[in-house]
Amino acid sequence: MRISVEEVFETVRMTLDHHFDIRTVTLGINLKDCMDRRVGKLAARIHKRIVEKGKLLNKFADFVEQKYGIPITNRRIAVTPVALLLEPLPHKIAVAVKIAKTLDAAAKEADIDFIGGFGAMVQKGMTAADEILIDSIPQALSGTQRVCGFLNLASTAAGINMNAVAKFGHTLKDLAARSKNGIGCTKIAVFANVPEDNPFMAGAHHGIGEPDFSLNIGISGPGVVRDVVSQNPDCDLTQLSEVIKRTVFKITRAGELIGREIAELMKIDFGIVDISLASTTSAGDSVADIIEAMGVRHIGLPGSTAALALLMDAVKKGGAMASGNVGGLSGTFIPISEDAGMIRAVRDGSLNLEKLEALTSVCSVGLDMFAVPGNTDAETLSAIIADELSIGVMNNKTTGVRVIPAIGKKAGGIVHFGGLLGSAPVMKVAKTASPEFINRKGRIPSPVQALRN
Amino acid sequence: MTVSKIRTDAAEAAQICIVTVTGADRVGIIAKLATIMAGANINIVDVNQKIMESYFVMTMAVDIAKASADMAKIRKLLDKAAREMSLNITIQNENIFKAMHRI
Repeated sequence: MRISVEEVFETVRMTLDHHFDIRTVTLGINLKDCMDRRVGKLAARIHKRIVEKGKLLNKFADFVEQKYGIPITNRRIAVTPVALLLEPLPHKIAVAVKIAKTLDAAAKEADIDFIGGFGAMVQKGMTAADEILIDSIPQALSGTQRVCGFLNLASTAAGINMNAVAKFGHTLKDLAARSKNGIGCTKIAVFANVPEDNPFMAGAHHGIGEPDFSLNIGISGPGVVRDVVSQNPDCDLTQLSEVIKRTVFKITRAGELIGREIAELMKIDFGIVDISLASTTSAGDSVADIIEAMGVRHIGLPGSTAALALLMDAVKKGGAMASGNVGGLSGTFIPISEDAGMIRAVRDGSLNLEKLEALTSVCSVGLDMFAVPGNTDAETLSAIIADELSIGVMNNKTTGVRVIPAIGKKAGGIVHFGGLLGSAPVMKVAKTASPEFINRKGRIPSPVQALRN
Repeated sequence: MTVSKIRTDAAEAAQICIVTVTGADRVGIIAKLATIMAGANINIVDVNQKIMESYFVMTMAVDIAKASADMAKIRKLLDKAAREMSLNITIQNENIFKAMHRI
């Protein structure tokens, strides 16, 4: 049956008026077979592979973009966690920094804006190479433009590695001090239960359970969903869930089609569709705006958690019906600095850090892209992280933190990153909170929920 | 270069694209599009039009299997026509609509 004018028009309007796009195609690349005891050899192999595959990714993404007339906004690469590649090498910070610079140069040559994977899985403990990687983060991420890092500091099965959490508070302070406006801190996220196939930065990496290559897709953002919610001001919440579900089904199908086609052209495995609603700094492309279109006056006020829970549940149901390969984070992203509605809510006082944390207990995947005063203690940063990761560990879900200590700024100020990263209002938090708790270190044991066998 | 190669490799079967025109109705839209299509050796398969939410919407199904230009070139020609007639014109492979609107 031929497609009707109405159906064509619906899709075309999504693109013309509501930012309908494919948010990201992320190519996962295995680098384990590049390992060597000589850093020069390793770097040369990494460079060659990333440039070659990155150029192909861009070429085929351009082709498919033309074919379907749907913008593919970001093309990215995720690699094997770099700490693993450091294992056989001399345990020196300079070696880790060299690998970061290699990734940066290769991404630049292939015209890839972000490359993820400069990270480590340390939920239970750190190897010597893991420690070197963490120690190198301030230099590596302040000295590169395109490299993104991640650390998995906790999991439901292992508990929370408080040694690493305590260490990372200091790493973050150091990184903030070394980069203008603390922009280096926008390029690293720490997690509980990190997914191995997440296509979104900063947390993307190519996990050790992945094949040589995999192509993962992030679907369109919140603009399309907000429009459909706004067009249905009178329906009850049960019907609203249904309406959202149907829209997300459509955009997920578009994502899967495009992902499969690029994977086929590249002759590699198609991985997953991540159905997260990811905001951008463009007007109208905001998760906060969806919540407000649902009838909550400002995000952060009572009603926000329930509205977000309903929204994301409908997104998951529509997405799961559309694709048999839903994966990655597939939760709500509500990055403060990248979402105009979130910025507004912080500035007018309806949203604070405590409520933001509450939102992550239902379906948001973390405290993302928010700034705190630059004089906040390292132990307080660690404590914010420990709180957030414990929500993930206890609820068998992913949670993450990407926090920027804004050097020289106080609560109520604003720090501008520019471009995709937006501007972050500085949120209020106690300068000193729980140093004695954080400095106990050790590991918060895995919860009884982990004993499922 | 390689993009046109991909197109040629798969050029045997029909490749249906949907051209969508939105904006204010006026004389000569179909004539103009038909001229562009004929110039690029593209066969017009079907044409439909409707007024929706005060938009004039026309869809034209075309087969680009034997086209003498690739998608990027065709899109450029359509963009130029869109500017001349103050309309929005898009062209998309029909599989995207099938994926989104058919189970």
